[in-house]
Amino acid sequence: MYSEKVMQHFKKPQNMGEIPDADGVGSVGNPTCGDLMTMYIKVKDDRIEDVKFKTYGCGAAIATSSMTTELAKGKTIDEAMKISRASVADSLGGLPPVKMHCSNLAADALHAAIEDYQKKQKCKKEVE
Amino acid sequence: MEADSARRIYMDYSAGTPVDPHVIDAMMPYLNSHFGNPSSIHTLGQEAKQALQNSREVVAKLINSETPEAIVFTSGATESNNLAIRGTASRNKSRGNKILTSSVEHMSVVNPCKLMIRNGFQVIFLPVDKFGVLDLEKLEAELDDQTTLVSIVYANPEIGTIEPIKEISKIVHAKKAFLHVDATAACGQVPIDVQDENIDLLTMSSNDMYGPKGVGALYIKPGTTIEPVNQGGGQERGLRSGTENIPGIVGFAKAAEIAKNEMANESQRLTLLRNDLIKGLIEPIPYSYLNGHPTQRLPNNVSVRYSFIEGESILLSLDIEGVYASSGSACAAKTLQPSHVLLALGLQPEDAHGSLMATLGRENTQEDVDKLRSLMPDIVKRLRDMSPLTPKELK
Repeated sequence: MYSEKVMQHFKKPQNMGEIPDADGVGSVGNPTCGDLMTMYIKVKDDRIEDVKFKTYGCGAAIATSSMTTELAKGKTIDEAMKISRASVADSLGGLPPVKMHCSNLAADALHAAIEDYQKKQKCKKEVE
Repeated sequence: MEADSARRIYMDYSAGTPVDPHVIDAMMPYLNSHFGNPSSIHTLGQEAKQALQNSREVVAKLINSETPEAIVFTSGATESNNLAIRGTASRNKSRGNKILTSSVEHMSVVNPCKLMIRNGFQVIFLPVDKFGVLDLEKLEAELDDQTTLVSIVYANPEIGTIEPIKEISKIVHAKKAFLHVDATAACGQVPIDVQDENIDLLTMSSNDMYGPKGVGALYIKPGTTIEPVNQGGGQERGLRSGTENIPGIVGFAKAAEIAKNEMANESQRLTLLRNDLIKGLIEPIPYSYLNGHPTQRLPNNVSVRYSFIEGESILLSLDIEGVYASSGSACAAKTLQPSHVLLALGLQPEDAHGSLMATLGRENTQEDVDKLRSLMPDIVKRLRDMSPLTPKELK
């Protein structure tokens, strides 16, 4: 059902965990539907210095979360915003069609974390 | 099931059973030399007809049918359920247009019932209690003069709960409706007596009792009014047209014979394994629960759920370890909906997503049970460590 790459990430997820002093946090999904992802990012000089995830969900949900963190780490904010559901799925060697919509949410969670970071930056500037 | 490097442990017997070697031996002649069509007059045809008749007698004995002729062979449980529901409701529509069923039925009962709604029938999906037992008061309240058919599962394979069929039968027959029982999961595991339990129609499946796939039967009590769903050459007393699947039917009969002989011992053995496995999957793990009835359940059924994690990831984790089981999670389903059976127990969708079903069978041993018991705490912990839903106290 799943590609070897998906199973690799499922078996050994990369960057699993939380960042307590994260610069941005984003959550997408809903436990009722069976998927919930939270991404934490740490940003330095406009680059994603560190990224971690927590995910409740199926094998695809866990593997896409792990893959997304790998793709995002070290990227600039602009580059990270270009990581899409499709590019995550491609990097994993494809996902079963039925999983493309429901479980491939990690890129959205990353974008939500970046937006949270940007919002916080804006607030900081306004305060300054 | 030969092992590769490590032993593979199959615990998904309600999804399908391996075919018993004796069954294969019994079938082989009918795939080779004895290929005749039972409708043919010549010797080869008559030999096939004799095999068909012998098989009917054996399958009839498994459920203590009044007569072998009450057995109609089909292509499996789905066809049997369709014939029972559509055939009985349609044939008796001059008497009434109401069908009662439960909310813990298989899709091959649910969807024919929905078809009947589109055909102008009224269908009530009766509630069950938190263990999955049918609400008998609601059944009695909904049964009226318009009700011609009540269809209730003998035991649902997802939760294992065995329904009180004898009591249900009394209530249904007091109102002169027909009782159909889907015994797909139960037949061959627990003794069923269609005379004593007073069942009018009973669905059976070969592949749930170590027979080949693609064959089953519908028992139809003499006097039950029913019409065929498929029209054709009039085989099976006109109720199931189409050339009979003789190799499959012979295999099914052999499987039924073995099931009858081994039932007492095997159900006792499986019940011990089942209880031990349930204990091992729940006691050492916090926020874990049993699905279905604690005692009124199929001997082979283990159904549990774990909070904060999702069933497909549990299945994948087990698969990596060579253990094959099943889940009622949405992610493990084609429909992307959590199991309607688990929701009918009153569970929230997020609880249903965390379900794990292990259905045991002839090849399972205490060693298999011990293996799963030893694997599960770590699997649950790993997935809970990943889950944002896990409460702090578990970390």
